[in-house]
Amino acid sequence: MKDLRLYFRLVSVSIKSQMEYRASFLMTSFGNFLLTGIDFVGVWVLFSRFGKLKDWSLPEAAILYGIINMGFALSEAVFRGFDTFDRMVKSGDFDRVLLRPRNTVIQILGQELQMMRIGRFSQGLAVILWGGLKLKIFFSIPCLALLLFAILGSAALFSGLFVLQATLSFWTIDSLEIVNTVTYGGVETAQFPLSIYNRWFRGFFTFVIPLACINYFPAHAILGKKDVLGYPEFFGWVSPFFGFAFLWFCFKIWEFGVRNYKSTGS
Amino acid sequence: MAIGIEVDGIEKTFFVAEKETGVLGAIRGLFNRRYRRLKALDSLSFSIQSGEMIGFIGPNGAGKSTTIKILSGILLPDKGKCEVLGITPWENRISHVSRIGVVFGQRTQLWWDLPVIESFELLRDIYRVPNERYRQNLDELSQMLDLTSIFNIPVRQLSLGQRMRCDLTAALLHSPSILFLDEPTIGLDAPSKLAVRGFLSRLNKTLGTTIIITTHDLDDIESLCKRVLVINSGRLLFDGCLEDLRKSFFRERRLKIDFDECNSDFHVLDLKIVSREGNRIIFSFDPESISAPVLIQKIAEKHNIRDIFVENPPIEEVISRLYHDSNK
Repeated sequence: MKDLRLYFRLVSVSIKSQMEYRASFLMTSFGNFLLTGIDFVGVWVLFSRFGKLKDWSLPEAAILYGIINMGFALSEAVFRGFDTFDRMVKSGDFDRVLLRPRNTVIQILGQELQMMRIGRFSQGLAVILWGGLKLKIFFSIPCLALLLFAILGSAALFSGLFVLQATLSFWTIDSLEIVNTVTYGGVETAQFPLSIYNRWFRGFFTFVIPLACINYFPAHAILGKKDVLGYPEFFGWVSPFFGFAFLWFCFKIWEFGVRNYKSTGS
Repeated sequence: MAIGIEVDGIEKTFFVAEKETGVLGAIRGLFNRRYRRLKALDSLSFSIQSGEMIGFIGPNGAGKSTTIKILSGILLPDKGKCEVLGITPWENRISHVSRIGVVFGQRTQLWWDLPVIESFELLRDIYRVPNERYRQNLDELSQMLDLTSIFNIPVRQLSLGQRMRCDLTAALLHSPSILFLDEPTIGLDAPSKLAVRGFLSRLNKTLGTTIIITTHDLDDIESLCKRVLVINSGRLLFDGCLEDLRKSFFRERRLKIDFDECNSDFHVLDLKIVSREGNRIIFSFDPESISAPVLIQKIAEKHNIRDIFVENPPIEEVISRLYHDSNK
């Protein structure tokens, strides 16, 4: 509880210093909105060429797209400290974190809440609203609940990846690109229905990095679609929690990394 | 007095990846990396009483920072025991670090964009300092270090001297019993150096804070520390007061004489000439074998002397000879 208070205290400082440069904040947010929005243009072009992808229409794909982008934007904003953690290790600032009598994760998260990610977030929100209105869904409590679970689940999943990326920097400085292929690549992948991909690829994103659990299955439940892959419908409700399980697992690896850091130095 | 820090036979070896040269070497390094063992600390032992002020010196790479990191609980030794105020630093990080303060001369722990006072308030919340004690500490510290006029300036706009004074305050707001300082006067101008030194000695006297300073500026040590620990290659070379260090490693004294005429004939006794600059000649002699008055008398019998100074060799020379001898 006290840690949570410290978190909000630190984060409010971060927000305050971002708001000091207001023009910069507005510009980067808008830039983020446009840049990430180009992805949807790509999706739209593909659908306008083929009409449907494995019985998915464009407004239906918009649900997938919205979930993954809103979740990812949340994660990018909140877990920014982990995303840029390699710099902290290199500069020795992580030592300073260890020298303070508080939880290390809270201190790293408190470092920065990156507000400009609101660009991607609002872009995802706009797309999902458009899809929802087109399909006339969302106007029920269960639907909104499903959507919320899925967004939070995907935020947790990507956060886990950021934590994993940060943990890697205890050992190596330059291999972060590997994780980037899974984070940014994961976002790209999950903007389309999983059923269009081949088997091993699907397997990887269901069982190793549970991307399907936070977006593909919940989207089926929201849309009331029957899964061509044959997974049961209740998966849409439970699977977002795999995102949190994944995050928890990544924190365990992180703790191992911190222990290793303390015994090897940098 | 109670024992503040007890270090018993700590050892630490780092594995440093060897870099091979050239593109081919770099590619080979990807698959088959060779590691060099680097012994940073080699059974280092010492103990420090509460309330002492210790100068911790050694050449670059001697193991100073490794020792400080171990004492502050952020690095584990491979071997050996270490207790700080009764607990093993790395076993209970949170309660350990709330009793120590650390200042790095080259890095600030303040928030770059925030006014000084807001950084202090954040640290109050991080260390959970009760409000009353925070007020009291802040009042005292800001008075001693003359900070009140810069409370509202963002840290990035401070001069180095101002920043160091703020960093000292930041490290002391939670009233730590031990303060580690890593090169606290690096890059400071003379008045700021004096201010920092004056403050540290007052802190040590009035509050009894144990202070451990690593520095390359031996004036810091001379003006502050009764006791010095000298390490090189991870081993303790010397532990004692500065005077003893001088005596045991560098007994000679310096005699600086300004002569009336420039004379090259100085075969008085067997004096070693250290340097010679116009009419000024610096001799070195061993005070155990000949006393200064006798020596001066003997020189004065033969030459016209305008002025005389007798001095200790600069501490830098003592230390560098010590490093040099230990590397052999």
